[in-house]
Amino acid sequence: MELVLSNFDLYLSAFRLTIGLFLVSAVGSLLLGTLLAAMRVGPIAFMSKAATVYITVVRNTPLLIIFVFVIIGLPKLGILFRSVEELGISSFFFRACLALTLYTSTFVAEAIRSGINAVPLGQAEAARAIGLTFGGTMTQVVLPQAFRATVPPLASVFIALLKNTSVAYAFGILEATARMKYFTNISGNDLPIFLIFAAGYVVLVEIISFGANRLERRWRVAR
Amino acid sequence: MTVSDTATSDNPHQPGTDDPLVVLDHVDKHFGDLHVLRDINVSIRRGEVVVVIGPSGSGKSTLCRTINRLETIDGGTISLNGVPLPEEGKELAALRAEVGMVFQSFNLFAHKTILENVTLGLTKVRKTPKKSADEAAMRQLKRVGVAEQAGKYPAQLSGGQQQRVAIARALAMEPQLMLFDEPTSALDPEMIKEVLDVMVGLAKPEQGEPMTMVVVTHEMGFARTAADRVLFMADGQIVEENTPEEFFTNPRSDRAKDFLGKILKH
Repeated sequence: MELVLSNFDLYLSAFRLTIGLFLVSAVGSLLLGTLLAAMRVGPIAFMSKAATVYITVVRNTPLLIIFVFVIIGLPKLGILFRSVEELGISSFFFRACLALTLYTSTFVAEAIRSGINAVPLGQAEAARAIGLTFGGTMTQVVLPQAFRATVPPLASVFIALLKNTSVAYAFGILEATARMKYFTNISGNDLPIFLIFAAGYVVLVEIISFGANRLERRWRVAR
Repeated sequence: MTVSDTATSDNPHQPGTDDPLVVLDHVDKHFGDLHVLRDINVSIRRGEVVVVIGPSGSGKSTLCRTINRLETIDGGTISLNGVPLPEEGKELAALRAEVGMVFQSFNLFAHKTILENVTLGLTKVRKTPKKSADEAAMRQLKRVGVAEQAGKYPAQLSGGQQQRVAIARALAMEPQLMLFDEPTSALDPEMIKEVLDVMVGLAKPEQGEPMTMVVVTHEMGFARTAADRVLFMADGQIVEENTPEEFFTNPRSDRAKDFLGKILKH
């Protein structure tokens, strides 16, 4: 316990990295997930099929294997992310975010698809009837309403994402779980260290829940 | 629109030209085994008000929805201004902007205010700048009598108000044709009149040209005052086609006699 408190800067920087992995992957998976959901409900059969196959394959693959593929597999295929490093971003950090995004986007896509299905068909028909294209119908009418119905399941998806960032620990990224391991290795007393790191995760998860509740309440009023 | 025509006293609906706006030619459609539209042939002139009536399941709503291709057809052609309806895509979207549609269940965009409901098509489809879109939308909301509700959300309005907003939303696009798919069927009786009044105002305007309208409805009063022609449908076919006066007083087919007997009895 004292070990962690006297090295609290290490504790904080580890959680900063956890938050960084979470935020980048959350934005990435929200964008990719929305695109996948739109493709899946869209009128082009080929796109719909492609999105379905992607979701089926990636969602049913363990996250650890996706990490192995992105962090070890891709470089062996000659994809080295040099342009990312030239931007001054750690390529390991980027690849961890990529793995988390690829994985989480499938859950986001399914949550959004359920939200899309909750929007009455008449909304899309009215949008088409005033001359909006499929893209306009989705972005202006269907998705804004679908997101509202999607907040509770998306909160669960993002809570899972936050905790899944700990998988990055296995690939040498010094996020919270890796730092916890570091402390328990040099201290004999594991339990307090475990508790203080668990508390960090609990606080972050509560922030996500709180934000989701706020969004849900605000959007309920505005209609 | 021009206001040049003053010869509107006798019959304001006699269209000046006989070039048809909408032509349905041998249209066929199935829902699985159900043959919902059987060899439909209709031609609608500019400025004409056509009322489609018939028992439920007769295909009248489907017919209305095929005209802006919310329903696809299996056979025949539908053309607007002599041009066949395009496949799904940008071209079809552009065409739908020319055809206003009013639904039975209003279908106002639930997450947008009344004003935003009316301006959406203008800003996103017509690319009208926001300020003039707002002005145009307010003009239409005034025309249907709900301008003071502009800042509210659809759920805060009565059914009659919502349906009038839906009409304003369609009119804001300045369509060549308006489709009404049972516009008063979901309304409480005391709200039906306010919607029909707006529709009569479009069909028989005090100034300007009448709107070309296809109206699926059971409102016989509306058909008598505003329609130029009544199409009676049963089992996916147009069974009878006549002026409202002739149709209501002197129906020819047994199906029409039977139907009118059922709805006019009380």
